[in-house]
Amino acid sequence: MTMIKAKHQRLVLILIALAALVGAVLLAAWALRNQASYFYLPSDMAAHPSSPDREVRLGGMVERGSMHNEADGVTVRFVVTDGKARVPVRFSGIRPALFVEGSGVVAEGKSSPDGTFLADNLLAKHDERYVPRELKDMTAQQARQAVAATK
Amino acid sequence: MHGFANPARFLRLARWLTPSLLAPGVLIASAALIWGLTGAPADRLQGDSVRILYIHVPSAWLGMAGWMAIAGASLAEIVWRHPLAGVAARAAAVPGAFSPALCLLSGSLWGRPAWGTWWVWDGRLTSMLVLLFLYLGYIALADAAARDGGGQSRVAAVFGLVGAVNIPIIHYSVLWWNSLHQPPSISFGGLGGGSSAMAAAFLWPLFAATLGFSLIFGGVVLMRMRTILAGAQAEARLRRKALVREAQA
Repeated sequence: MTMIKAKHQRLVLILIALAALVGAVLLAAWALRNQASYFYLPSDMAAHPSSPDREVRLGGMVERGSMHNEADGVTVRFVVTDGKARVPVRFSGIRPALFVEGSGVVAEGKSSPDGTFLADNLLAKHDERYVPRELKDMTAQQARQAVAATK
Repeated sequence: MHGFANPARFLRLARWLTPSLLAPGVLIASAALIWGLTGAPADRLQGDSVRILYIHVPSAWLGMAGWMAIAGASLAEIVWRHPLAGVAARAAAVPGAFSPALCLLSGSLWGRPAWGTWWVWDGRLTSMLVLLFLYLGYIALADAAARDGGGQSRVAAVFGLVGAVNIPIIHYSVLWWNSLHQPPSISFGGLGGGSSAMAAAFLWPLFAATLGFSLIFGGVVLMRMRTILAGAQAEARLRRKALVREAQA
């Protein structure tokens, strides 16, 4: 058997320890993929309906054309969608500035028996697109082209 | 690599490298901030609050890069017993800890108008907070070891390596889990005409700010390394003098 230098032995030991550690963390992250998520998507809600007495968060896009203000001036109804499922939401209160149709939202609240999600708090979710104000009147497709043209 | 194991040789290099990192760093960072605050456009949805980006993203990047430097130095200390590795890791820890703190603070200021909340316990925010606590833990461990005379601390080095596990978690938190924080806007190749989701008008000042703050970070680390080495040298001299006096008495 050939002698291994002490520093090589330490290197191999550390690499094995790090690989084991990274493996453990990846497994934990995989196991936590539902618990560590900040919100449920509409399709998650459709697959596993939450009980009406449990506070949950619902996240997705505000469907275009679905937002309706009610006569009392503070209540808004809209539909949250992830492209696969749709959940109607009702909320009364102050809305964040970025809460608009076609953008992301996280609603905190409970589902009601008739399927409407009763939100008691709204958080606007900003997406990864950063577009200058001058380009705001374009559609998403036009804006993407305009952004690409600036490069 | 062991060429710089000789502190005198390292100090000669560090003496001119420190100002030549700091001066362009300060220049580029200030120019980038002025550009970002006055020249760059406002965002279509966020308005002027998008300008927090030019502090937030460099500090997030430096928080993660700082820990990668600590992990690399820790590896060099454990495997090769490099005499400057522990010094480098200790030097990087303090500006490192400052970075996630600034990142969390600026993000919180942005979150209030954009999301409607100062703080949420989502994957990205929580893992960044964990990074701040890791830095504080590392500083406490490494300083305690240095005070107890060892100088080189095996425990701190192991902690530095294990803590590196948090770095990929921070990066992938927005991809693995549904989170309130947006997914990455910048893809490599974005500057070259790739498919970055951020308009070039934001991307260029952001890139300049990141470069400037990184240069400052490097300069501060070198400055702190020189301070730590000088302190160790002064202490060794005092100890030698005390020994001589003892022998004469």
